[in-house]
This record gives sequence, C-alpha cells and structure tokens, in this order.
Amino acid sequence: MKIIILGAGQVGCSIAESLASEANDITVVDHQSALLEALQERIEIRTVIGHASHPDVLIRAGIEDADLILAVTNSDETNMMACQIAHTLFHTPTRLARVRSPDYLEHPELFTPESVPIDYIISPEHLVTTFIRHLIEQPGVLQILDFAEGKAQLVAVRAYYGGPLVGKALASLPRQMPLVESRVVAIFRRGRAIMPEGQTVIEADDEVFFLAASRDIPSVVAAFRRSDKRYRRVIIAGGGNIGKQLAQSLEKDFHVKVIELDPARCRVLAESLHHTIVLNGDAADSDLLKGEDIEETDVYCAVTDDDEANILSSLLAKRLGARKVISLINRSSYVDLAQAGDIDIAVSPAQITIGTLLAHVRRGDVVAVHSLRRGAAEAIEIIAHGDRDTSRVVGRRINELQLPAGTTIGGIMRGDSLVFPHSDTEIEPDDHVILFLADKQQIMDVERLFQVAITFL
Amino acid sequence: MHWRAITRLFGILLMLYSLSFLPSVVIAFLYADGQWGVFSASLVITAVAGLMMWLPNIRQRSELSVRDGFLVVTLFWVILGVVGALPFLLGLHLGITDAVFESVSGFTTTGATVIVGLDQLPPSILYHRQQIQWLGGMGIIVLAVAILPLLGMGGMQLYRAEASGVAKHEKLTPRIAETARALWLIYLVLTLSCALAFWVAGMNLLDAISHAFTTVATGGFSTHDASLAYYDSPLIETIAIVFMLAGGVNFAIHFVSWRRLSIRPYGSDPEVRAYGVIFLFSSVFVAASLYWAGAYAGTWESLRHGTFQVASILTSTGFGTATFAEWPLHIPLVLVILSFTGGCAGSTAGGIKVLRILLLAKLGLRQLFLLAHPQAISVVKLGKRPVSESVLFSVWGFYVLYIVTALILTVAMMAAGLDLESAFGAVVATINLLGPGLGEVASNFASVSPVIKWLGVIGMLVGRLEVFTLLILFLPAYWRH
Repeated sequence: MKIIILGAGQVGCSIAESLASEANDITVVDHQSALLEALQERIEIRTVIGHASHPDVLIRAGIEDADLILAVTNSDETNMMACQIAHTLFHTPTRLARVRSPDYLEHPELFTPESVPIDYIISPEHLVTTFIRHLIEQPGVLQILDFAEGKAQLVAVRAYYGGPLVGKALASLPRQMPLVESRVVAIFRRGRAIMPEGQTVIEADDEVFFLAASRDIPSVVAAFRRSDKRYRRVIIAGGGNIGKQLAQSLEKDFHVKVIELDPARCRVLAESLHHTIVLNGDAADSDLLKGEDIEETDVYCAVTDDDEANILSSLLAKRLGARKVISLINRSSYVDLAQAGDIDIAVSPAQITIGTLLAHVRRGDVVAVHSLRRGAAEAIEIIAHGDRDTSRVVGRRINELQLPAGTTIGGIMRGDSLVFPHSDTEIEPDDHVILFLADKQQIMDVERLFQVAITFL
Repeated sequence: MHWRAITRLFGILLMLYSLSFLPSVVIAFLYADGQWGVFSASLVITAVAGLMMWLPNIRQRSELSVRDGFLVVTLFWVILGVVGALPFLLGLHLGITDAVFESVSGFTTTGATVIVGLDQLPPSILYHRQQIQWLGGMGIIVLAVAILPLLGMGGMQLYRAEASGVAKHEKLTPRIAETARALWLIYLVLTLSCALAFWVAGMNLLDAISHAFTTVATGGFSTHDASLAYYDSPLIETIAIVFMLAGGVNFAIHFVSWRRLSIRPYGSDPEVRAYGVIFLFSSVFVAASLYWAGAYAGTWESLRHGTFQVASILTSTGFGTATFAEWPLHIPLVLVILSFTGGCAGSTAGGIKVLRILLLAKLGLRQLFLLAHPQAISVVKLGKRPVSESVLFSVWGFYVLYIVTALILTVAMMAAGLDLESAFGAVVATINLLGPGLGEVASNFASVSPVIKWLGVIGMLVGRLEVFTLLILFLPAYWRH
C-alpha cells in the first residue's frame, strides 16, 4: 500500500515505524529535515522536506498514486487543508487526519466529502483519555479494547494468587461462573504467548486476554484476582490536554485532583472543571502529595508530556502509598522498563492511536485493529463477506478454516449478539469475526483468508 | 462636568414628568374630591421649572460622560423626589420634611410613610402616591439593567452585555434606549396582569390599579392604613406574593424568557434559582417558627402569614398583613436579615441583592477550601462561568460600604433620639427600601423627629442608588479633572 504521512512528530514517527514493518510503501513529509533524517536512519522510508499542505510538496511525495494520506502535523488547519487538497486535486481514496481542537470536533457535519473531506479523524488525546478512563472504571485490568462499537471488549488482566481460577484449568471457567459467557483468547507467560486450551492451567503473574460483553467484565476479572474495590479517589499529574480531558470525563463519578505546575494553566483548569480540585505545584513534590492524602488515593495518573517526569512522579506516588499508578510513556524503550518496576500500567499514546489507523491500512473489511504488547500481537475485527463459493471462510466450520498458527477466533458478533464459537460453529455472511494474533507476522495470511474471490461482487 | 447639558436634560425630564400629574387631575374630576387644582398647579409649576431649565440650554447637546452618569442618576431621584412632593405640600399641607420623605419613599420604592389615616385621603392624592412608586420602579429597572453595568459598580459589571451573567443568555439589545423600551413593556405587562388579577379577586378598579403599581414596583404603598390586611383575602395575598416575587426577579431574565416564550431561563439563572430557594426555605422556616411560638392558631394561618411576610420583605415591598416587628422570638430578626438579602440584581427590589450574597457566600467557601488545600487554585463560578477576581473585589467593597453606611446611619438615628431597636429598624426600613421597620417605626414614620426623617431620606437614596453612586459624589477625586 502506498501511504503518505504528513508530520514527523511523535505520532507520525511511530506510525511510520509500525507500518513500514508491514511491507508498505511509506513517504513522510515534514518541514524539519532533522526529524526526517533521524527517522530515515532507523527505518526504510522515503522523506520529503516541505510544507505539508502545499500541492507541489505533495506531488513530490507521490500523492498522485497514493492510496492513503495521513495528516498528523501539529496544526489542525494544515491537516484539514492537506486532506482538502488531496481530495480535490489528486482524488486520494482514503484521507485520515488528526484534529485536536474541540471547537472543530463539536461539528461533525463539517467532515463530509463536500466540505472538509476527512474520512476518519484521529484525536490521540481523546483515545488516550478513553483508554485511561476504561482502566479506572474497571479496577484490576491492564487494558480494555472495544470491538463492535463497544458491545464486546477485549480485556487484559494479570492473574494473582488468590484468584479463584488461578492454579486451575481454563475448562473450569464456565463452572466457576455459569451465568457469564467469556472466552480466554491468549495467555502471556513470562513474555511468551501460550495458546489457551481447555487443560491450560492459569498461573500467577500470567497476563490473560479474554473477550466478554462489557457488563460481564468485573465478574470475569474477579476469577483471576481477588476482587478490587471500586476506585474513588484519583490524582492526575499534569493538566495538559490529556489531563484536562481526563479530569472532565472522570469528575462526575470520582473524586479527582489535578496537579499542574503552571499557575496560569491552573486557572484555566479551575475555570473549566467544576468538581475537580486543581492544585498548583510540582507532581514530584512529596510534601504536596502527602498533604493531598496520596496514601488514600486509589489511582495516580501521570500524564504530563515529559516521560521522565511521569515515570519518576509515578514511582514516588507508588512509594508514598498510591494503590495503583498509571504513567503515560511515549518512548517505547521506557515502556518495558517502567512496567517491570513499580508502575502498574504504562500507557503509550502511539500504541493506542495506531490501532485506529491500522484498520484503514488493512486489506479486507477490517473494522477495528488493536495493537497489543507494543505491536507484537494484534487483535482485529474483520467482516466476513461473500458465500461458500467466493469466500474461504463463509459457510465453513471453524475447524475447517486454515488459520495460521498462533491465531484464535475469540468471538463473533452476529447482529447484536456476541457468539463464542466452538470448533463446529459455522461462519455466516456479514459476521464480524474477532481474531487474536499472537504474532503480527501472520496478519497477511489472515487478510488473505478473509478476502473474497474476484467473481463475487 | 457638563453642567449645562445636565441642566438641559433635567429640563426635559421635568417637562415630561409634569405630564404624570394628568391622571391624578382626571381622577380628581371623576371622584370630585376637589384636588384638581392642586394637581394642575403642580403640573404647571413643574412644566415651567422644566422650561426654564431647558430654554437657556437648548443648544447644549454635548455627550454626557460616564462620570456625569453618577451625578445624573443621583439628581434624578433627588429632583423627582422634590417635585413629587408638591401635591403633598399643596394638597395635604404637610411640612417640607414630611412631603419630601413621602415622595422620596415613593420614588425609591421604599414604602415607608408619614401619613396616617390613608383611608380618609382624597382618591387623587392616594393615586398620586401609588403612581410615584410605579414610576420609581420604572426608573430603577433601567438604572439597574442598563446604566449601573456601564458604571461598573459592586459587581454589576457582571451584567454588562459582554461579560457573563445575563449575557450568557443573550445580549438584550444593543442600545440603552431600546433595552429600556423592552423592559418597560415587560413592566407594563406585569402591572396590567397584576391589576387585572386584583380586580378579579375583588378589589375595586382604582384599588386594583393602585396596588398593582406598588406590587410590581415592590414598593409597598397602600391606599389603606391596614395595607393588604384590609382585604383579609388569601386570594389577594397569593396574587400579591406572585407579583412581588416577579418584581424581585432580574428584568433581564424576564426579557429573555419572554422573547423565547419559555420559563427555562428562570431555572437556569443561578441568581433566580438561589432567590427561589431562599424564598421557599425562609417561608417554611418562618411559618414553622410562627406555629411553634403559637403566634397563630393552626398550620394554615402560620403558613399564610409567614409566606406573605417573607415574600413581602425579601423583595423589600413591605406590604403588611401583620406587623412582623411584633412577632415573637427570633422571627423579626430573621425577616430583617432577609430584607438585607433583598431580591435579584436588576429588579425593583432593594437590599444587597441575591447575586452579591451568592458571590460572597462562594468567596467564603473558597476561603475555607483553600485552608484545607493550601496549594489549590480555585475560581469562584456563577452557574458554570468563572467570575473574575476584580468583580469579586468590587462585590466585597460594595458589601463593606453597605454595612458601614447602615451602621453609621443607625448611630446617627440613635443620636437623634431613637432607641437601639427603633434606630436599627428605621435603617433597615430605609436602606433596604423595605418600608416598615421595628420598634417605634414598626408601621410608619409619623411619630419620629424631622432629623430622623431626613436621615431616612438619605438611607433610602443610599439604598436605591446602590451606595456607590451616591457616595462617589462625596469623593473629592470625583470632582477633580
């Protein structure tokens, strides 16, 4: 696939990196040559220097036969303009852009082919906020990912001693919870994937991925660890865009405090947040944290734009007694480092953003893609089209499918209901199939499997 | 100071005002009470005085500055106070002190009176008294909604079109003149509906109109010594409660909800909401206290009198169905506190105003909150809108000046011979534009000395002109260029 990425910032670079590893033809445009050089040294891409929305720059980047344009420069206006130009002058089929300002986002009717032709708006702040909100609403989980517009969710949870299912075989899950339907799709033990089968025994410290309807998640989580109390008190360190949005979405249901260093920004926060306590100070100031009862705090989220500050203040908060600490970490090399230590959850904005993009890059009718474990594994939702003659999946039983090794079908959304398939379940046309790939290398095989023959249409 | 332009302005004002004696002349003829000569004379005197101020300055059309505004606004009430006193001087042969007190009490919508034996007065004079209050109410609406925000006093800049507060609903209209017209129309409609309701409820036509004038203006003059108790009708009292409360609501909110044909603006305005809560809570509290103290027989009577007095005093109207000063225990003081609270800003009511009380309460809460969280940054909000520190500061300044003025007046009244309770009551009655006070002035000011009456006049003007407008005239810096 021929892809043009505008803007070599954090999001642009990590997306380029991730897509380049999938045999895509990628060109990155930015006006800072230093950024491009650094990127070119690491991965195999083409770079063009220039203003991202100028037509001649776009032509040099090869827009005339590009399949997809992704505008992620710092400026909303440049991104929107670039999509407009790509649409009007070059008829680029798929246009994705980052738009951050809520003032634009409040008017979704703007983003139609007739006015601002953006097919899909990426808003990393919003995605990160939703991601962290999920984590705070469901105590004990490491990750929650939406499929089928949130009707089904994939949940990662770490097993602990004392969980009713820990030390038992997976087959006993239905007996443990007869009323709740769920399916364990993968287990990671000491960094390696294990394909879950009926006799697989859950061990403590396993990272378990399971699929369930959202209302059932708390009871399934409780099978793997002693149940966590509902969180009530949250401290957010950093009142930037993410901090503010997070506080806004949490303040109705939780006691939220925000710590921000800049007094002027504090005032802005205090004006727009109505139930949140805004504190002016340094998140790494232990006196401030103690004064604000850090030892009574359920969740501490460090969401400043500085990785080091986030990690250090999270470690401090954990040391001072916060029950759970979440830290925003952009640099991928830090993520493992942080999660191995005292930090409970490291959230990587790039990883979260990339999933929504991958859905548009994939061949076949892919609805959602979630990149897991820093891109090594992937969970996708793909629609099965065609019939028994034109498709290699429709009309066949699960055990007839030639799924690559390490790939499991976790569930099927049929209409509005989530079906957990057995080996003799037959795939019907227009089923949304949710697959888990322990190794992303097999993605091509899966895409090919779901493609319909030319004769269909 | 643009003296000549100001003189010209008041010339025009007096000529216009002279026309307001016409309805009284008509009523004098209709009821044949022999007072038509008094009103005709007043009309001619006023018109001639106006003409004499206007003619020499006919070409003085220079624009008035904001600084002139303070003087104009003060003079407006002082001059009309004097002119409105003419019929009392000529017709009732009251002394200057009593006539001016009565007239100023009318124009400031206070409702304190020095006249006893109202029921025997000629109808035209009674009507004139009521009409003075209605015109005063008209003046204050425009003053409070359109002019004070421009002068930026005591937090009223909140109501400036571009600032928050009312502007969050919508800008009224771009020009003061148009705003005034729209507000007067609402005022007129409220008065007409009130008059109609009173009439249907059993008042005679003249009484219905007279009382509608003073109800919507939250003034409190009545055509009977017994005030509304004369009718002893729960229906009339209920109607009065509704229209007194309406008069105590910010007229800008009336305007917005009228234009949108919806009652939602009342619910979404934080000040009106607080005003409603204060009314309901105090009514229940006072009624329960009355019942508990055994002042009235039964729940129903306690509730009836409690609710009416709370509405009457909160809106600074001062209609009586009972003499609240004689109520037992803590109840008189509770009602006095309510009269300090007053109605909404931008209404005809007096007092400190709910808006300012609301902001002061939030300021106090913030102070407590900051003690618990020393590093917190907290912004006082009205509804969901932040209120700037400068507005809070000027509200705080207003509050301090208001209370200090009230204290100084109390001291002065005591020096003039009143006992503590009566002196405090007289100040409450005048500075809050309430009308009835405590002790010696519990129902009227007839028996007190002239000095006290003049102090009362000052109190009424201070209260009506929102303290700053009057006091700034005593600041040397104001007169210097």
